[in-house]
Amino acid sequence: MVISNRPLKFILAALVACLPVSGFANSENDSTHVQSEVTHEEKVVSHDNHAEAEHVAQDPKAKVDAFIDHHLQDSHDFVFFSDDKENKHYGFPLPVILIDGGLKIFSSSKLHHGEEVAEVDGNFYKLVHGKIYKTDAAGTITFNEHGHPENEKPLDFSITKNVVSMLFVAVLLFFMFTGLAKSYKKGPIPTGFGRVLEPLIIFIRDEIAVPNIGEKKYRKYMGYLLTVFFFVWVLNLLGMTPLGINVTGNIAITVCLAMFTFIITQFSANKDYWGHIFWMPGVPVPMKIILAPIEVLGTLTKPFALLIRLYANITAGHVVIMSLIAMIFVGKNLAADLPISLGLTLFISVIEVLVAFLQAFIFTMLSSLFIGMAVQDHDHAHHHEDETAII
Amino acid sequence: MDKLINDFSFGLFFWQALILLVLILLLVKFAWKPIMQSITDREEGIKDALLSAENAKRDMENLQADNQRILNEARAERDAMLKEAREMKEKMIADSKNEAQEQGQKMIEQAKAAIENEKNAAMAELKLQVSTLSLSIAEKLLKDELSNKESQTKLVEKMLGDVKLN
Repeated sequence: MVISNRPLKFILAALVACLPVSGFANSENDSTHVQSEVTHEEKVVSHDNHAEAEHVAQDPKAKVDAFIDHHLQDSHDFVFFSDDKENKHYGFPLPVILIDGGLKIFSSSKLHHGEEVAEVDGNFYKLVHGKIYKTDAAGTITFNEHGHPENEKPLDFSITKNVVSMLFVAVLLFFMFTGLAKSYKKGPIPTGFGRVLEPLIIFIRDEIAVPNIGEKKYRKYMGYLLTVFFFVWVLNLLGMTPLGINVTGNIAITVCLAMFTFIITQFSANKDYWGHIFWMPGVPVPMKIILAPIEVLGTLTKPFALLIRLYANITAGHVVIMSLIAMIFVGKNLAADLPISLGLTLFISVIEVLVAFLQAFIFTMLSSLFIGMAVQDHDHAHHHEDETAII
Repeated sequence: MDKLINDFSFGLFFWQALILLVLILLLVKFAWKPIMQSITDREEGIKDALLSAENAKRDMENLQADNQRILNEARAERDAMLKEAREMKEKMIADSKNEAQEQGQKMIEQAKAAIENEKNAAMAELKLQVSTLSLSIAEKLLKDELSNKESQTKLVEKMLGDVKLN
């Protein structure tokens, strides 16, 4: 134990020691500043690629920030890595689907990673910060004082990188679990990979669903809880791969997940639940009036906490890991930076693998908790009756 | 917050909702239902098996206890029977001994009585014989005495003399 503790302590100490460094690197450029910087770069891009390359080479910190920012965002194409010197992107384009006076479907290769204006059926579109804006033939984009483009945004239903990742995970989960379901036909004990999956399913049931929702009612919600748990977990883990996928760190994804929980909670809620929200039993009438809006707000803050928690944890993990890797590129001394950067990245990666599970677990846990609150029978009413009966 | 709202992509939200909904429905139908059913069935099966094993064990114990009880009962019964037999034997011996004694006693009594009777009869016979004999002797003697006068007178005198002496 002494031996195993020491490196951990050292790594922790090293991490704490390095915190100001990374903190400094992050706080120097606030987000709006970064964006203006990047937009500046992009403007330059359309004119002269060579100049942009030079400009970026002069300011690696800004480049790293832009890269991390870009990574955190959804993307219209699947790029594995880019070569800035030759301005080449290695990956594959994805279909863009726009609703802008009719359905417009074209390949994202037309957008050239935001470097060119795509012309579709007489309309011109340009990619700025991973979002498609309507523009003119010259590709002019006007920016407001916050650095956000003011051009019209068409409704974007593109099959983006995140959508592809989700489809991939969905197909993966489907085959994994239908495989497990089939393996039960052969015998009562699953074989192969099912042996790994089954304990997880039993874990979700015995540690999350049953204690929170209750023995009688948990069965109905198992489908949702299991799906969400494995969906979030696999997507979190996929974010740890070098594919550069960041699905669960996208606000739209977590909003959608939280919304599912919210809708399920509200629709499965029983009379007691609504009673506790609008007319809290057992408190004086003025308190009831005060409590009602608080409780109504509470129903909204619960899923909000869910979505922010997942989003923030995953985003933070990605930012920390990418910042640590970027130390190699920002620092001048490779021999000194490389071991520190790799060591810390490894350390944080291990933590992130834990966080990937933990966040999936917490999301499922809280979802089942909220559902459990909505469906549980409040026993105290019966207790009162019992007490009076005894008296 | 501004950045968050700006980052929110409705298209992604739409696809996510669609994918998640379809995934939930598909998995519920093709995976979770059969999996949960199988797990529950298996657990029930294990529970039942354990329960029946427990019952079998209890039955076995009961059976063994029964056997032991029956054995004990049989042993007790045997002991009781043996004891009874021994008692009976002793009683029979004692009874027969008593009876034999009584019988013997009785026979002795009877023999004694018979002997007494015989003796009495013999005595009576003897008395009778003696009296008859003495009578006949006396008769003969009297006959002889009374045949001459002189002897008769002598006898009377002698008798009278005897009376006087008395």
